[in-house]
Amino acid sequence: MAESPTRLDERAQGEDLLMIAGRELHSRLLLGSGGFSSLELLSEAIVASATEVVTVALRRVAPAARGSLMDVLADAGVELLPNTAGCRTARDATMTARLAREAFATDWIKLEVIGDEDTLLPDGPELLRAAEELVDEGFVVLPYTSDDPVLARRLADVGCAAVMPLGSPIGSGMGIRNPYNIALIREAVQVPVVLDAGIGTASDAALAMELGCDAVLAASAISRAQEPVRMAHAMRAAVQAGRLARRAGRIPRRLYATASTPEEGLAEL
Amino acid sequence: MILLNGERCDLPAGETVAVALQRMGLDAHARGIAVAVDGEVVPRAAWERFALGEEARVEVLSAMQGG
Repeated sequence: MAESPTRLDERAQGEDLLMIAGRELHSRLLLGSGGFSSLELLSEAIVASATEVVTVALRRVAPAARGSLMDVLADAGVELLPNTAGCRTARDATMTARLAREAFATDWIKLEVIGDEDTLLPDGPELLRAAEELVDEGFVVLPYTSDDPVLARRLADVGCAAVMPLGSPIGSGMGIRNPYNIALIREAVQVPVVLDAGIGTASDAALAMELGCDAVLAASAISRAQEPVRMAHAMRAAVQAGRLARRAGRIPRRLYATASTPEEGLAEL
Repeated sequence: MILLNGERCDLPAGETVAVALQRMGLDAHARGIAVAVDGEVVPRAAWERFALGEEARVEVLSAMQGG
């Protein structure tokens, strides 16, 4: 009897765990919780994506919505990854990280320090300063960074647990604009590389994994899709496919054809 | 005047962070809450005894969808 596709999936992947700061993760897809029109949709997307890590932001308490997001994430059994979204300086970001540690009892922080209003591109010097400070305070720092291999190396050098380069600006859905830099980042650092920002559709996520990224973080690409739950499933499949393809080793690109059928034994007609 | 999440509130100086939280309908055991006073984190363990100054700026934060 033929094996079920799910069983084949599992066998093909084997024990291929993602390790971040000593933590084992089975899923290589991290989910941003922003942009979902309801908590029910977020909850369904978490299941469809099979993610184990979901980002949250820290904002002033809104009397009406209190607690329910935390409940949804606790029910889903996922790890919270608080972010410092909206921070413009190292000071704001480090303060926000400390507050997040207090609120969520986790040392993990997705560090964002934004340097430009229109593109939301990271502010390199502030980011590095904040990263260094937070590492010293015992945080597991996952910095959202530009696709600059030198900055990525600097962030790894100060002790970040992973680096999270952008493919293109946050929410732009423009995919990976500089795949060569992403590949260079993979070579430049020992820590996991998580492609963050710019993913527009499943093929972008697969490309990230084929380039050697260890994981992908998707938010808007899923939450703002016409059918978020279906897209969550697509992203999960794409990340798995891209990872398998990377491990399998692709054939080199050639300008001319290489016959896949031997000439030998060809009939003379 | 004490500012609670940017809004003036009539708490007298000397009241604790825990009292300010009660004012917002939050109890001291609420999950997923963090407090900063005048730009410094006030750890949960200190909420019951941290007294607010006359011009204290209190920020009470919790999880929101994002990122």
